[in-house]
Amino acid sequence: MSEPPGATIAAPETPPTDKPSKPLAAQRVTPLRRPGRWIATAVVLVLAAQFVHGLVTNPFYQWDRWGYWFLRPTILDGLVITLEVTAYSAVLGLLGGILLALARLSKSPVLRAVSWTYVWALRSIPLIVVLLFLYNFSALYRTLSVGVPFGPAFFSFDESKLATDMVIAVIGLSLNEAAYAAEVVRGGILSVDQGQHEAAAALGLPKGYQFRKIVFPQALRSIIPNYVNQLIGLIKSTSLVFYVSLLDLFGTAQSMGSTYPGDIVPLLLVVTAWYLILTSVVSVIQFYVERYYARGATRSLPPTPLQKLRAGLTDLRARIRREAAV
Amino acid sequence: MSTIDTLGTAPAALEIHDVHKWYGAHRVLDGVDLTIRPGEVTVVIGPSGSGKSTLLRVINHLEKPEIGYVSINDELIGVKRQGERLKELSERAILAQRGRIGFVFQNFNLFPHLTALDNVAAAPVATGKLTKPEAQALAKELLERVGLGERVGAYPRQLSGGQQQRVAIARALALRPGVILFDEPTSALDPELVGEVLSVIKDLATSGTTLVIVTHEIGFAREIADRVVFIDGGRIVEQGPPSEVLDKPQHERTRDFLSKVL
Repeated sequence: MSEPPGATIAAPETPPTDKPSKPLAAQRVTPLRRPGRWIATAVVLVLAAQFVHGLVTNPFYQWDRWGYWFLRPTILDGLVITLEVTAYSAVLGLLGGILLALARLSKSPVLRAVSWTYVWALRSIPLIVVLLFLYNFSALYRTLSVGVPFGPAFFSFDESKLATDMVIAVIGLSLNEAAYAAEVVRGGILSVDQGQHEAAAALGLPKGYQFRKIVFPQALRSIIPNYVNQLIGLIKSTSLVFYVSLLDLFGTAQSMGSTYPGDIVPLLLVVTAWYLILTSVVSVIQFYVERYYARGATRSLPPTPLQKLRAGLTDLRARIRREAAV
Repeated sequence: MSTIDTLGTAPAALEIHDVHKWYGAHRVLDGVDLTIRPGEVTVVIGPSGSGKSTLLRVINHLEKPEIGYVSINDELIGVKRQGERLKELSERAILAQRGRIGFVFQNFNLFPHLTALDNVAAAPVATGKLTKPEAQALAKELLERVGLGERVGAYPRQLSGGQQQRVAIARALALRPGVILFDEPTSALDPELVGEVLSVIKDLATSGTTLVIVTHEIGFAREIADRVVFIDGGRIVEQGPPSEVLDKPQHERTRDFLSKVL
């Protein structure tokens, strides 16, 4: 590079004299040096390395025992219980939440008050208290019956047969989850523009269709991230079902720990690893579900990690080729 | 752009009878009477807050009048007669009636999560008037007629304002309404996009559909209106053909308004 490219174009007037007439490369702006950032990066890297080193080399963690326990059938049985309780409670909690949100947004003051009171109460009572209450529920109400309110009963259930540990756990978690989901769903519905309700009404779309096909799909865009947040909380709250004598992932590790007291730390690490895996899976699913419901909300969909990787590689290749050419 | 016909639907007659609407102490409509012949193009003008949008929303019962009624082809909208009284219809019945009244909003209000095609095809399917393939064929046809045959797969946010409003007009046409109401259809558009929407409305006007249009486009009103209605303070101050109301207004308030917008 000997001459700036602009110099070859015949200029109508002479360039101002204070402009340096050096080659273009000499005029390139040098970025500001940031030594502080480099130092901070180095410190963090050293600390991270130290942490990993400790994790690997400290005999206290007993990684061989971790390997022994990680895929033990009894741990996997516990994992299945955790997954079952989470799945049932997530679905029932969301359905309950939708009903509560609709009640809260209805024009009937009674429905609004009932919904508000439910959410208020269930958010105030600790989940463990709800679970223990349900566990002792059969002592309070020995039979449940279906019939005319305050009148004769058509069917009766013997509570102690109906309420297995699993049922108690799912009901307790769902009751709690529904209270939080109600607020998430309500927020989502409120986030949909009023014009959408009006357009749906002006077209004469049936009421149920308006909610299912117009309002709810748009509300989902804000519901999903918040509900996934809830869901991750729920996965971890399932560890409380241990107290209603259901052996989930945590419960199994806990009881194995009392049988093999030397293995408590590796067992806790096994549990940690499984919860990390579950949360990661949920986060990946969240990305794709959010992407699906983003249709129309943005002009173009965000790229998937795979697409990003591919674009990055193409970029890199182009850059290498450019550098090689110079 | 080819001329749009309303696919065999007969244009409807519209009657607004002594309609009053108030919010608390504020009277928005104060006894409006208007009879519109089938196929007539009525343009409603008036200062902001005069009640012209409310009048339009009363016609398809998005707003309920406190007194008075609206009828289309002699069928009462949103109410039924019970002896001497008017009784409100069920929500389901009102929704069914709205299928006969097209409504085009100032802000388009397209469904952002549906493609242009699905926006137009949704209502005929949801109300059970057409099967899904029939509705999609109709939607394609209507989008072609408003000049958007190429963009059937686009989502609303991928379209310009003018294109969105044309999709909204196609959506209103899909139910084959006897009357179409336009609530300031070009007010949210960039100036260079106004023309494409007005030309679609003009095609509808010449095809003999009953139209009621609230607009500030006085030039457009002069061009297409059979009748111009000037509203102020919730009352009709003056009405007649554009050559009279716009060019030789009788009332001081009409003259005053026109001098500000022209």
